[in-house]
Amino acid sequence: MSDFPRGRTAIVGAATFGQGKAPGYEASDLAAIASTMALEDAGLSLSDVDGLFFCHPTDTMGGLSFAQYLGIRPKVTDNNRTGGSVFQTYVEHAAYLLDAGAIDCALIAYGSNQATATGKLVSTVQPMRYEAPYRPLNPVSSYALAAARYMHQYGATREQLGAVALAARQWAALNPEAFKRDPLSMDDYLASRMVSDPLSVLDCCLVTNGAAAVVMTRADRARDLKRPPIKVMGAAAETHHREIGWLEDLTVTAAARSGARAYQRAGLAPSDIDVVQVYDAFTINTILFLEDLGFCPKGEGARFVEDGRIAPGGSLPVNTNGGGLSCCHPGMYGLFPIVEATRQLRGEAGDRQVADAHFAIAHGNGGVLSSQATVILGAGDA
Amino acid sequence: MDVTHPDAEFRAFLMEGRFMIQRSKGDGAYVFYPRVIAPGTGARDLEWVPASGRGVVYSTTVVRKKPPEPSYNVALIDLAEGPRMMSRVEGLDPAAVAIGMAVQARIIDQDGEPVVVFDVTEQPA
Repeated sequence: MSDFPRGRTAIVGAATFGQGKAPGYEASDLAAIASTMALEDAGLSLSDVDGLFFCHPTDTMGGLSFAQYLGIRPKVTDNNRTGGSVFQTYVEHAAYLLDAGAIDCALIAYGSNQATATGKLVSTVQPMRYEAPYRPLNPVSSYALAAARYMHQYGATREQLGAVALAARQWAALNPEAFKRDPLSMDDYLASRMVSDPLSVLDCCLVTNGAAAVVMTRADRARDLKRPPIKVMGAAAETHHREIGWLEDLTVTAAARSGARAYQRAGLAPSDIDVVQVYDAFTINTILFLEDLGFCPKGEGARFVEDGRIAPGGSLPVNTNGGGLSCCHPGMYGLFPIVEATRQLRGEAGDRQVADAHFAIAHGNGGVLSSQATVILGAGDA
Repeated sequence: MDVTHPDAEFRAFLMEGRFMIQRSKGDGAYVFYPRVIAPGTGARDLEWVPASGRGVVYSTTVVRKKPPEPSYNVALIDLAEGPRMMSRVEGLDPAAVAIGMAVQARIIDQDGEPVVVFDVTEQPA
């Protein structure tokens, strides 16, 4: 039995704004512009929004601040903060609330000016008492520990991690919104400065500004709006831990469960998915999530990404916007995979458009492989 | 007797040169980091027991610094009792620390704070 309102809600508007530097904007400015663009895309207006799902990069009561900024009084304000996966969780919760009639129009938004505000990753989290004395360079070191364990367990190589970075850059080259579009070679990758072994600078996501927003309604209402509705087929999440030391097997994430539940709710299997967006904060993420989401067996992800299989022209299109590695990464990236999946399913992705895309997966990751959330979207009468 | 100030008690033991972890009396499961309840069961029956200090490197990384600041090791250690902890393996090149190495705990003074680090006792098989 599925408790999820499969296909009964839809993404009806989607937008990105200011990916890259976008100097002079505050985080809320960026999010507000993306929000109005997404509403315009849907043919709706701020006065239609009665559910706000918003996570400010630094203001822990940002959901209230953003409602005030927009001049709306939402019936539901979800200010949940599970890290970069929260946006997938917003989609899941919005689907339930819309289907139950608690709200009629959900706005999910995010914006960050971290690149121009500080030039580095903005973090609001407290160091953990039993990690702090060892000075891990988080989040990189936590992912590095996962990557090192993965390489030890499965004999994976840095060249295989590099294949993820190269594929992301090739997709970014096809995306005019992407921040890093210059060609990247394996030699460039292998020569890049080590940050926390085995992860180098080019294994790490970008530090950029950027904003994104999506608008959701019930599917019956969506049919009367401007754009073809992209249905929410399934969504699910799992919080597993906070610090990396509490992930028992560093090569298996909770995406294995969030993904399985999302597929079950959607009535779909990995083989039904035409385009894949996963939160690639680091190159190892893409490999782990392709395995955990069922696109290849555990331990084979590193081989799977070789030979351009996930790059343009490959058999499985992954992170077609260029991902967090080459498109943008404004602190929390989870909403961007949802927007890119929507654009692919609408057929509006330009040079990077995947042919005949009917179903897409948009997977979010929060913390240090801590919180996993998966959304499966479907086009048209899917 | 309930543990009421787990962090302070753990630190006080370290100050005495004792590396103590917790065990739930009910199911015998060892717990690290220190808490007031046993994770999963919620049992308020945690007692302090000496850790053997024996462990195995589960994973390892080197945080690279710009010279002359030295790069350093960060590792996850699986304790013989079961729990895992983040720590640092000392006494060798940080990049030479390898998964599977047997290690032994040692308490050091780090800027006035007692901290558990590890030394290699055996190379991986």
